[in-house]
Amino acid sequence: MTSPLEQKKLKITGPVVITANRLGDGAVIYRRADGWTTDLNNAAVATTAADASALLSGAAADDLNAVGAYVAPVAREPDGTVRPGNLREHIRLRGPTIDLPVTFGI
Amino acid sequence: MYLYDELDRRLVEERVGEFRDQVRRRVSGELTEDEFKPLRLMNGVYLQLHAYMLRIAIPYGTMSADQLRTLARVAREYDRGYGHFTTRQNIQFNWIKLEQLPDAMALLASAGMHGMQTSGNCVRNITTDQWAGVAPDEIEDVRVWAELLRQHLTLHPEFSFLPRKFKIAITAAPHDRAATKVHDIGLRLHRNGAGEVGFEVSVGGGLGRTPFIGKLIKPFLAKRDVLSYVEAVMRVYNQYGRRDNIYKARIKILVHDLGAEAFGKEVEAEWQAIKDGPLALDGAVIADVTARFKYPDYPRLDDRPVELARARAADPRFDRWYKNSVTPHRVPGHAVVTLSLKPEGAPPGDATAAQMDRIAELADRYSFSEIRVGHDQNLALPHVAQRDLPALWRALDEIGVATPNVGLVSDIIACPGLDYCSLANARAIPVAQEITRRFRDLGLAQELGRLHINISGCINACGHHHVGHIGILGVEKNGEEFYQLTIGGRSDEGARLGDLLGPAVRYHEVADKVEDIVAAYLELRARPDEIFLATVERVGVEPFKERVYAVA
Amino acid sequence: MRLLDKAGRIVEDAYVRVADDVPLPEGVPVLVSAARFRADPAALAQRAAPVGVIWPNNINVAELAPHLGRLALVALVFPSFRDGRAYSQARLLRERYGFRGELRATGQVLRDQFLFLARAGFDAFEVSKDADVPAFAAAMTRYSVFYQPAADDRLLVARRRLARGSALREAV
Repeated sequence: MTSPLEQKKLKITGPVVITANRLGDGAVIYRRADGWTTDLNNAAVATTAADASALLSGAAADDLNAVGAYVAPVAREPDGTVRPGNLREHIRLRGPTIDLPVTFGI
Repeated sequence: MYLYDELDRRLVEERVGEFRDQVRRRVSGELTEDEFKPLRLMNGVYLQLHAYMLRIAIPYGTMSADQLRTLARVAREYDRGYGHFTTRQNIQFNWIKLEQLPDAMALLASAGMHGMQTSGNCVRNITTDQWAGVAPDEIEDVRVWAELLRQHLTLHPEFSFLPRKFKIAITAAPHDRAATKVHDIGLRLHRNGAGEVGFEVSVGGGLGRTPFIGKLIKPFLAKRDVLSYVEAVMRVYNQYGRRDNIYKARIKILVHDLGAEAFGKEVEAEWQAIKDGPLALDGAVIADVTARFKYPDYPRLDDRPVELARARAADPRFDRWYKNSVTPHRVPGHAVVTLSLKPEGAPPGDATAAQMDRIAELADRYSFSEIRVGHDQNLALPHVAQRDLPALWRALDEIGVATPNVGLVSDIIACPGLDYCSLANARAIPVAQEITRRFRDLGLAQELGRLHINISGCINACGHHHVGHIGILGVEKNGEEFYQLTIGGRSDEGARLGDLLGPAVRYHEVADKVEDIVAAYLELRARPDEIFLATVERVGVEPFKERVYAVA
Repeated sequence: MRLLDKAGRIVEDAYVRVADDVPLPEGVPVLVSAARFRADPAALAQRAAPVGVIWPNNINVAELAPHLGRLALVALVFPSFRDGRAYSQARLLRERYGFRGELRATGQVLRDQFLFLARAGFDAFEVSKDADVPAFAAAMTRYSVFYQPAADDRLLVARRRLARGSALREAV
């Protein structure tokens, strides 16, 4: 849990979500007002620093379920769907950009 | 290889029990993440982008067939069917769940394997030459000393909360295949003028944000003194290493700030106080550990058996592999076989569970059940009879670990990078994959000769890019992946850091630039047998800069 | 915050922590800061009642060495449990300078470090979390195998192996 003294003033330049890893299995999760989701489109999207801070506080306090919460940029499609806002978040959501090793037919 | 006795086994089991309880307390909320994180790191448990990662030690790169089979089981039962061999002779599993870790660790413990101290601010896996014990040029089997040090530094009560991680490498050959000069402590066994065998000790080497070549502080240390001297180095570091800034906390910063001479004096003063105490190694203790090293009962065989010559003449593919992947053994009639984990288009250093099982079988049959891991992320079978090479090759070829590119341009060392690692700025694996595609022509690769490409996805340099003949460092600029190129690095006894070639290039340009560097080398080399590194050392960086960054 | 002895029992702290600018109470064990001690070690040495000093982890304990015969308590500090400097200080005090008094671990002292602390020579523990107190005994017995000598007298692997070896030799 981050001490209030360590939380710097948040600045955001676009829509963001709060993301972390699930404690039990390390899966990527996104913060909602009432908990967490693995579906980016169900995540709470913040457009102001105040909203983002509030979400982050709640996330960081949930040490029992989530590890390493932080603010991640997203992009909004015209139809309203939410996309990851950078390559790192894309990889976190979709997995490695490479094919995982496949078993040879042996 | 070293065989655990019941005391070694019990320690690992006790460790698993402790971790199981720590996981329980974390899950119940009794431990915060802040309190739990160092504890899980000390068991090799990282949190990466999409999952936990478990790093398992393969002490000094030696494992048994049973151990490799156990790794295959972990891959199958707890992960996604594969593992990744690293530049520090460890293996990493990328998808393990925290809740299942204690069970996975119990399975590993049953084979004498563990993730103890593979992460965290403690002493990490002690690495050495993957040919230790069988290389013709080594003075003696350095793994005995690595094992003595490993035991001494395992759960050491004084050194479990160091300022930062601590890496030791050890070699016993004049040609340093263990990169000792870029480790926190590098130990090189050698013979002095009087014919005595002892250690040369260098400290403060390391890569990362502030790379340094290690400084020699003890030209000759008697073998009996190796534990006490290392203890003295660690005690000085533990007390005086910086703790205010994680980027300045490695011993290399302390050595640099104090100066090698002053640092050496601090160590010497501490060492004088303890050298004749309980850490002085007596013959009985050394003999006891040595006795648990099992060596093969090698059959008496001749070199260059006729079956080998026939197979080489009959099959050019076999011959090409033989010339590339088979190296001399100190015992007549035998050879060391390197298994390339760098096939075209594949993630460097990965092996599937099926491959691991098959390699274990082949080790049982052809290598006295022993396998090695190198810091080049390839495997080796260290005890193969030369007459078995044709049959072994066919079997290795079938499972895709016989690409004859060992030490060549497509034998790339790469960290997992942004595809897996939360510290990364850029991807490394697909960059490596593309380069291997450009150089898929084995004839060309052979023509180019020895050429080490190292790729790191961030400045932490887990891909050892600073010491690559060609080094590639991924950085981030305005949300885009860029790559800095260096040339002329080397990690052996002539260790040096590479020189910057020019401005960073985009993700899609890296393979093109590597082709340009190679083209420049072909143009500049004095003779076909002048390897890339030698050409760079002879002509310098400028001629390469001119050609690679020339305006079209 | 509880004080535990080397057997893990909760004990009352016999020492009164005295601020630098407060006169020392008579006839009572006192615990003073390093600054106060360094200012006048001789004066403190003359006290009849026991004297203890809190020694920070960034000052060399060699400075304490000449005074250890007159100190009943040295308290070392873990500002964070991750800062391991006091482990070296503890071992030096015990093994190099022969300190026989109470060696107390203070600061962030957590259950997962109890065994390391005991092996480094601590015999008193200012435990940060009350919930960790009952875990002390279990922590001491978590491991039975110890590879390296430290400030404790636990039986080491090397000794057990050599004893086993000589037992085998005798049996032959």
